[in-house]
Amino acid sequence: MLKINDLHANVDDKEILKGINLEVKAGEVHAIMGPNGSGKSTLASVISGNENFEVTQGSIELNGEDLEDVSPEERAHKGVFLSFQYPVEIPGVSVTNFMKTAINESRKAKGLEDMPAKDMLKLIREKSELLEIDRKFLSRSLNEGFSGGEKKRNEIFQMAMLEPKVAILDETDSGLDIDALRIVASGVNKLKSKDNAVILITHYQRLLEYIVPDYVHVLHNGKIVKSGGKELALELEEKGYDWLKQETAV
Amino acid sequence: MDLKDKLISSFMAFENNVDVEHPVHDVRMAAIKNFEEKGFPSKKEEAWKYTSLNNIQKIDFSIFPKEENALEYKDVKRYFIHEIDTYKIVFVDGIYSSYLSETTHDGVDICLMSAALTKPMYKQVIDVYFNKVASKDESLTSLNTAFSREGAYIYIPKNKMPKKPIEILHFSTGNEASLLLQPRNLIVVEENAEVQIIERHQSLTANEVLTNAVTEIFAAKSAIVDFYKIQNDAPTASLIDNTYIDQKDKSFVKVHTFSFGGKLTRNNLNFYQNGEYIDSTMKGVTILGEKQHVDHHTLVHHIEPNCESHQDYKGIYGDASTGVFNGKIIVDKIAQKTNAFQQNNNILISDKASINTKPQLEIFADDVKCSHGCTIGQLDEDALFYLQSRGIPEKEARALLMYAFANNVLSSVRIPELKTRINKLVAKKLGVSLGFDL
Repeated sequence: MLKINDLHANVDDKEILKGINLEVKAGEVHAIMGPNGSGKSTLASVISGNENFEVTQGSIELNGEDLEDVSPEERAHKGVFLSFQYPVEIPGVSVTNFMKTAINESRKAKGLEDMPAKDMLKLIREKSELLEIDRKFLSRSLNEGFSGGEKKRNEIFQMAMLEPKVAILDETDSGLDIDALRIVASGVNKLKSKDNAVILITHYQRLLEYIVPDYVHVLHNGKIVKSGGKELALELEEKGYDWLKQETAV
Repeated sequence: MDLKDKLISSFMAFENNVDVEHPVHDVRMAAIKNFEEKGFPSKKEEAWKYTSLNNIQKIDFSIFPKEENALEYKDVKRYFIHEIDTYKIVFVDGIYSSYLSETTHDGVDICLMSAALTKPMYKQVIDVYFNKVASKDESLTSLNTAFSREGAYIYIPKNKMPKKPIEILHFSTGNEASLLLQPRNLIVVEENAEVQIIERHQSLTANEVLTNAVTEIFAAKSAIVDFYKIQNDAPTASLIDNTYIDQKDKSFVKVHTFSFGGKLTRNNLNFYQNGEYIDSTMKGVTILGEKQHVDHHTLVHHIEPNCESHQDYKGIYGDASTGVFNGKIIVDKIAQKTNAFQQNNNILISDKASINTKPQLEIFADDVKCSHGCTIGQLDEDALFYLQSRGIPEKEARALLMYAFANNVLSSVRIPELKTRINKLVAKKLGVSLGFDL
């Protein structure tokens, strides 16, 4: 589904990604772990088309289509979703209106009519229940004054609404207490299917107890230095990242 | 003959048509003298540094409107907030249109300045209020005062509130190649009374129009006034709006100014807080394109202790449009415990657009809270990416962010139908349809 070949990317002329290779198939859950500054968030941004990052080499393919020169909105229409580590506050636009706009723009891009208001309401009700989101919350301005946990839950609510093919969850577990983490994880698990894929970017193993990955990759200094099954996450939890740094240095 | 000379010589002709024995005429004569001395303001004056009236003075304006030009309601319906029932005071080329208006004397007076200035029953109010808060020094206000004869007259007695909002509309039909209009409004809201007013100037053709308007508002103890100014005029229409507001104890006056069009618009909005526990609020949304120019000059004079003022002006400037925000706050020495807040945020969406923004604080009291902030920037790129990553195309995402930017100000509009209307104007101005109102 998603195929990344020898991906290099710069920000402000500094190379952050130094040759990433990764293949994610439909139905799989991949976890990308690694110390701070290893390039995890950059990888997420580059996949979703953030133009602040310059791809200097390599390619990203989605279902065989090269995503070079594909705008962020077109990537979203094709099924790429990024749950932001730091969702942006947008005062003046309610969560509901934001989702209506996003869904209808996606439909427009596919040549479909706007979703009828009745269906939209039903969808919103269904998905907000899935994430245990209070209806009042939906009329608030997007992310404005939300707690860390509310922001993350709102990101997963958006994912539920947009039903992406490839969802990248960037540090979705950070800022969540254990109850919120359970709700978010259970939401993601319910959205998982054989037709979509999830990439979890995380620092800690905690999230992986709830969303069990098929593969774990360790990102360090812009490269994937180790890949393995879910047991790799436990190993990292036990030993930290220092041993990996030494190992790669050798 | 330049415009100033033409105006001064026209004053004599004007005198033939008004009652020169009426005490108001002494006020007019003093005013024309002041205008004769000062003339039109020039860019040399600090207050007019960024707004030039030179080109306007080159236009050969007709000063006296001809006979009433009939307009059909269906042709101008869209300029009214026709979704709701309102009182209407309508002028066509400066002349009152009884056909388009709906006035009342039922407990409140919603009628005409020409009646108030001539009929004995209004004399007492005119004696107490006419030209009492308007500047006697500022030359364009004086020019209006000199020719004051017609406009809206609104008197709300103690504890009263009109049954519905009041619309004041000025249409110009292009009957003259270029027309100068000088409406004069007087609004008196007595103790514990309340009123909502929507004002609009609308030119219906591409002929030149210049409006030099003066509005005096008196809000007595605990009075509430909501005033909405819709400025979305034709590209050949210019407006100089001089609004003066006198507030007494515990009164609450809010003025919204929506500036979306017109060639040149100058808003002089002046608040005088003559009492305690007063709240004065000014909100503005400016969205300009082409070569439009809007200049917001606000003044809040905190004269007594324990009062508040709030200013929140948002501007979005495209093409080669230019904007000015100059917010002056004076806090007198005795005006302790004043809270004065001022905010002016601007987004430039074109390299050729510009904005000059200047807070001007003169604070003589020592126990006050005053804050001011102005920003000029582009749209937040992180926010833009966030919206795009959800599938919203860049153009719509930009528009949505601009909507959101202006929304703070729109949210305080208390007439829902007006709010919807303003929302639509904003959408049109930004060139998008988002399928929902904020």
